[in-house]
Amino acid sequence: MKLLTGNDLVSGAVTWWTGNGWSIHVEDAADVGEHGEAILHAEEGARRVNAPYIIDALPTENGPRPAHIKDRIRALGPTVRTDLTLKPADPTAGDWII
Amino acid sequence: MYKYDNYDQAMVDARVAEFRDQINRRIAGEITEDQFKPLRLMNGLYLQLHAYMLRVAIPYGTLDSRQMRMLAHIARKYDRDYGHFTTRQNIQYNWIKLEDCADILEELATVEMHAIQTSGNCIRNISSDQYAGAAADEVTDPRPWAELLRQWSTFHPEFSYLPRKFKIAVIASSEDRAAMRLHDIGLELVRKDGELGARVFVGGGMGRTPMIAPEINPFVKADDLLSYLEACLRVYNRYGRRDNMYKARIKILIHEIGADEYRRQVAEEFAHVKTLGIDPPLAELERISAFFAPPAYDAANAEPDRNDPDFALWLDQNVKPHKQAGYAIVNISLKPIGGIPGDATSAQIDVMADLAEKYSFDELRVTHAQNIVLPYVAKRDLYVVWQALRDAELADANLDLISDIIACPGLDYCSLANARSIPVAQKIATRFADMDRQRDLGELKLKISGCINACGHHHAGHIGILGVDKKGVENYQLTFGGSGAEDVSIGKIIGPGFDEDGVVDAVEKATEVYKALRQGDERFVDTYRRVGLEPFKEAIYG
Repeated sequence: MKLLTGNDLVSGAVTWWTGNGWSIHVEDAADVGEHGEAILHAEEGARRVNAPYIIDALPTENGPRPAHIKDRIRALGPTVRTDLTLKPADPTAGDWII
Repeated sequence: MYKYDNYDQAMVDARVAEFRDQINRRIAGEITEDQFKPLRLMNGLYLQLHAYMLRVAIPYGTLDSRQMRMLAHIARKYDRDYGHFTTRQNIQYNWIKLEDCADILEELATVEMHAIQTSGNCIRNISSDQYAGAAADEVTDPRPWAELLRQWSTFHPEFSYLPRKFKIAVIASSEDRAAMRLHDIGLELVRKDGELGARVFVGGGMGRTPMIAPEINPFVKADDLLSYLEACLRVYNRYGRRDNMYKARIKILIHEIGADEYRRQVAEEFAHVKTLGIDPPLAELERISAFFAPPAYDAANAEPDRNDPDFALWLDQNVKPHKQAGYAIVNISLKPIGGIPGDATSAQIDVMADLAEKYSFDELRVTHAQNIVLPYVAKRDLYVVWQALRDAELADANLDLISDIIACPGLDYCSLANARSIPVAQKIATRFADMDRQRDLGELKLKISGCINACGHHHAGHIGILGVDKKGVENYQLTFGGSGAEDVSIGKIIGPGFDEDGVVDAVEKATEVYKALRQGDERFVDTYRRVGLEPFKEAIYG
């Protein structure tokens, strides 16, 4: 599956295209299939996202899992500051990244 | 310390106002990201993995307690309560919001700080010896010259769009504590027949093509130095490649045309530039130098009581001799075992500011090894300083030992990185946590980069580690034999890479080989240079 991700223009936060908007949670991300480029240009033009790009991901029962470690780190937060990740209380969060 | 005059302050204030307007226009959609990106980079604002990152300049790594407290305030108010001190003696904030950026810069400007030229293809923050003004071995204080270069290079219209970024280091000791010859230009201030001048090295650097800067001129008179550097930059600006960013640094130009031809062209250009009156009049040099006059030393020469063993350990490892009797140079390690190299919380930054104000004539230094220095501490105050550092978890006695690791932010933060650096540093430091074991190994400079850009200086590590992406999996290459000091050298790759745990094991095996083969007072790098790679390879790869 293909995901569309970028950073929020104002806050810089990592965001994921949900199908009708943007979420900071990768589990909300939608498969953009072949439409990623078109959505990307429209959303960038509307200033709803900064530096968007399309990535590969795998569907899991807990939602999409980005194929590359860099995007998994983007999705969750730095592996060395679990207190700053999106799931600081989840002891398995690190396993999800690696 | 240098204090802004009206021109300095007006320029910085104007820049803040200009950038505020640019940010507002970007948020309002009046300019695109492609238009905005070069503008924000000129103001030190990057977009990294998780958020915007702001890199704040700390000229030649020198700052006072007021400025240090402001750095803590920025971390507390606008970021997530910590900052990251970098290998260019700057600080980075990892969680900045675009809408806050102008306010942050406005607050920084109130204490004579900014983020100008911390990015982009311009002359970056001038770096220097963290012991400047305090080192017994310096021929002069390099800070006035670093400040002169800061003023010369800031907003220099001709050098705002160089082929690539440009880094300058200034030292004034034969012991190189600033990796001087791994800079685009490295200056070593020297005296010749009593006259002050500089050895000029050009074309060093790390990155994907590491090179040691050759000596381009053995002695440029201090009176000619600015003109000579202008000539060095002009030749680069004219002939440096702009068609390929990987071949755009000055080291590539000098490598391609040869040091002799570059030297000839600089001499030709210098003959012209010298007529332009660039070098400052003596009065201006004296004005700048006056800001760096020695502090009002008043302590008698008395050795501290070494009864507390932890304090004694710290004294032996982190406290260095001072040129003034009764004083010492205190190194504050930002490398706690298992911690993140170079990170400090806002509370820790405040503690260091307080100690500087009370015990170090209000001055601190940031080192390229991502530590902090209190340059002027009376020996009578060392114990109370150590106690305060210990209470703030800042008293690790590991300076220059294997756990004093330089590490870039790596894939945990950086959008350019291919692999994580920090977890590797944490695992190595934890493996060697025992202080007796670390001290037995002695000076061992271990440096980790998460990509070929080498922000973690891995090429200059006695042991270097380079993280690479091997089909989507983190892999780590080991290099041995590098040095950023006066025995400068580039490390050599020892063989196939390792996974994260494998590289930690390999480092441990290398230290065992060293312990078995070392002679006398040899450091790890000395033994490696004497015996070569084979014994290490045999132990590591079997």
